[in-house]
Amino acid sequence: MAPDLSFRDGCPVLQARHTGVSDRFFMVALSILGGSYVLLIVMLLAGDVAYLVSQSLGETLSRNPILTVLRKSEVRYSIFLSLFSCSMSAVLAMLVAVPMGYALSRLRWVGRRWIDAILDIPIILPPLVIGLSLLILFQFKPFTTPLGQWWPFPGSWHDMTLNRLVVYQVPAVILAQFAVAGAFAVRTMKAAFDQTNPRCEQVALALGCSRRQAFFKVTLPEVRKGMLTAVTLAWARALGEFGPLLIFAGATRHKTEVLSTTVFLELSIGNLEAAVSVSLIMVVAAMLVILLARNWGVREAGL
Amino acid sequence: MIDVSSLSIAIGKFELRDVSFNVPEGAYGMLMGQTGSGKTTLIEALIGLKKTRAHSRIVIAGRDVTRLPPAERNIGYVPQDGALFSTMTVRGHLAFALDVRRAPAAYIEQRVAELANQLRIEHLLERMPEGLSGGERQRVVLGRALSFHPRVLLLDEPLSALDEDTRNGMYEVLRQVRKSTGVTVLHVTHSFAEAEALADCRYVLKDGKIELQ
Repeated sequence: MAPDLSFRDGCPVLQARHTGVSDRFFMVALSILGGSYVLLIVMLLAGDVAYLVSQSLGETLSRNPILTVLRKSEVRYSIFLSLFSCSMSAVLAMLVAVPMGYALSRLRWVGRRWIDAILDIPIILPPLVIGLSLLILFQFKPFTTPLGQWWPFPGSWHDMTLNRLVVYQVPAVILAQFAVAGAFAVRTMKAAFDQTNPRCEQVALALGCSRRQAFFKVTLPEVRKGMLTAVTLAWARALGEFGPLLIFAGATRHKTEVLSTTVFLELSIGNLEAAVSVSLIMVVAAMLVILLARNWGVREAGL
Repeated sequence: MIDVSSLSIAIGKFELRDVSFNVPEGAYGMLMGQTGSGKTTLIEALIGLKKTRAHSRIVIAGRDVTRLPPAERNIGYVPQDGALFSTMTVRGHLAFALDVRRAPAAYIEQRVAELANQLRIEHLLERMPEGLSGGERQRVVLGRALSFHPRVLLLDEPLSALDEDTRNGMYEVLRQVRKSTGVTVLHVTHSFAEAEALADCRYVLKDGKIELQ
């Protein structure tokens, strides 16, 4: 059926309908849907704080749950190990992420798509499976070969194997964190290289640079913000790592205990207060790192 | 000065086959052609960014550069989008090629001052590219390309993003650069006005072939 059209001077009058209400509804829907998630995050943190406050009401400062937990030497060790292992794995992640991100973003090579897919595995694999796979891998040669076979190590080192040096030891913590954080860093760096203009590097070549010079003088400075994001993300991922750690590094106090392990151990013995306190310490640490990175990033941009 | 013979490039379905042309010394050559005709590909091949097929021969200033990496070709290159380095000051841009060539600091300083004076960008030397106007950006890009005294300058649609007034100003800059340096230019454009204003000789790229007009 033809719509009813009114005519004026022989032309159809096609007045756009009133859009004000619809526009307002759209904006409201946008804020409700998006805002509900922000609300959830804020409430999660607020809940933790509220719980601790309710527990310490009327108590003296010395019995404040966070101070109590900080007095435990296990917790102090786990804070130290977390800071150390996260920094180590973030550095390792960047060492692979910068070249890999560059190769994926800028170079065209056979098998690139396959490698790209493989790099997603640590992101989509269940964390426990990563830990288990690491554990299994270290049961094979060369990880079980005595080091003395390669190098004349003196004394007890002669019979030492990579397996015994790594599994259930501090290196396992770093390796497990790196295994996952590396993938996130690579993704971030690839995106960073994708976003910068490849023409700049080509100009540098034409201006007389070798590929190495063009990379270090032009391309790398162009992605410095992306590097900051990648290292922050890798660090934060490493801090949150738990499943692979539990399997591959164990949860031995004063040895392979990091903050996420502490939360688990305290919770498993019913010490909810300590678990929540350590959780909040982790929240603060992660937020500090992100704030620092953001702050630097902005200053770098000259704002 | 720019001698190209039997240049062939294939990228996917796109192909340039047996392109030959010559820009005489000191001339201002204007390369024209429709969008997608392969003008930028041709420029990139001259710079050394695209692999050419066997039998292709590119001779710049009497030297066969066909197999040389871009760095050794000594061609001044002004790309389509300028591609200024976002982390470098204008001074850094002008000094870049000289730094890479390990020129003495005193010479670099003198050359930067000379370029800045010639292109009238002295007041911009300590600025970052962000916030420069279109005309200012193009002057910096031009200065960067000229800094190491190349004998050949390749310009890939250098004026297409500029407004009318700025473009007229740039004509003057380009004429003056050419006069003072004697550089041989190949300038890619699809604008007849630009060709009218600047060209000594015009080349038209069509269906993978070049015609001299």
